[in-house]
Amino acid sequence: MIELGFDVLLVAVIVLVSWLTLMGAHLLRSIVLFICLGLFVTVAWVRLGGIDVAIAEAAIGAGITGAILLAALRQLQNEPTDHSRGKTDKDGQDVS
Amino acid sequence: MFRDISLYSTKPHPVARAFFGLATLAMTSVLIAVFLTTEQAEPTLRSMVQGAMSTSGVENPVTAVLLNFRGYDTLLEVAVLMIVATAMLPPAAPGPITRSLPAMTVDPMLAGIVRWLVPMAIITSGYLLWIGAFSPGGAFQAGSILAAAGILMLVAGHHEFSFNSIGARALLVLGLGTFLLVAIGVAMATGVMLQYPIARAAALILVIESAATISIGLSLLMFYGSVARLTVARSER
Repeated sequence: MIELGFDVLLVAVIVLVSWLTLMGAHLLRSIVLFICLGLFVTVAWVRLGGIDVAIAEAAIGAGITGAILLAALRQLQNEPTDHSRGKTDKDGQDVS
Repeated sequence: MFRDISLYSTKPHPVARAFFGLATLAMTSVLIAVFLTTEQAEPTLRSMVQGAMSTSGVENPVTAVLLNFRGYDTLLEVAVLMIVATAMLPPAAPGPITRSLPAMTVDPMLAGIVRWLVPMAIITSGYLLWIGAFSPGGAFQAGSILAAAGILMLVAGHHEFSFNSIGARALLVLGLGTFLLVAIGVAMATGVMLQYPIARAAALILVIESAATISIGLSLLMFYGSVARLTVARSER
C-alpha cells in the first residue's frame, strides 16, 4: 500500500517537474529542473528494478547532460559578443 | 504554448492546440488502461538468461547479456560512440594531451573540491567497473563517472586537454580497438566471432570493459568540451 502510494506520488512528481521544465520562463530554471527530473527518473528506474540503468541515468542523464546544457546556455548568452565565428544575418546566410 | 525557439514560429490556433492536447491525453489514458488490464506474461527471457549464466563468466545477468550473450550489439554501440567522437574532434592543432594553466579566475571552492573529488571519482569509477561483474555497474557507468570528473577539472580551469593529440586519439580508439581484437582473437580460437571460451570469459569481459570505460569517459568529456568551446584556443573563445 505504501509502495503504491510512493509510486503514484513519484509519477505525479515526474509529470509535474517535466511540465515545469517545459513551461519555465527562464532557461536556467528549466535546466536546473531538468537535472532534478533526471534524479526523479533515476528513482523511477530503481523502482522498476533496473539498477544499472539508474546509475547510468544519474551519471549521464542528470549529470553530464545537465553540464552540457549549462555550457550551451552560456554559449547562447555570450553569442551577441562572440566574434570568433563568421557573422550571419538572421536568415543564417553568411555575411562576414 | 511552449517558448518560441525560432524567430518565425507562430502560435498554433487555439482549436488545434485543444484538439492535440485532448488526443494526447486520450492516447495516454488508453495506453495506461491497456497496461493495467493485460495479464503479465511469464518472463521466459529471464529464466533463459538465468539458465545460461554459468557459461557467461560473470554473475550479473545484465553484464552477461550486454557483454557476452549480446556482445555484438555492444560492439556496435561502442562503434557508434567512436564515430560520433570522430565527428566532434576539434580542429585545433595537436599538442600535449594535458597542460596545466594558471587559472584566469581563481575559485578556491572549486579548486579545493576538485583536488578531493577527482581521485575519489577515479576510485569510484574503478569500483563500478570491477563490481559490474557481480552487481549493478559496468563500463558505461564507470566511464560516465570519469567524464564527470574530467568536466569538473575542465571547469576549474587549471588544466587544458587537447582532444586532438596522439594520446587522446589513441585513448578514444582504445575501446573499439580492444573489443575488435578480442572478437577476432576468440574467433580464431573457437571459430565463432565473439564466442568467448568459457574458461576465459570473465577475464576477456574485464579487458573489454576496462578499455571501453576509458574511451567512453574521454568521448563524453569531449562532448562537453566541444559544447563549452573549451577545445579551441583560449584567445578565440
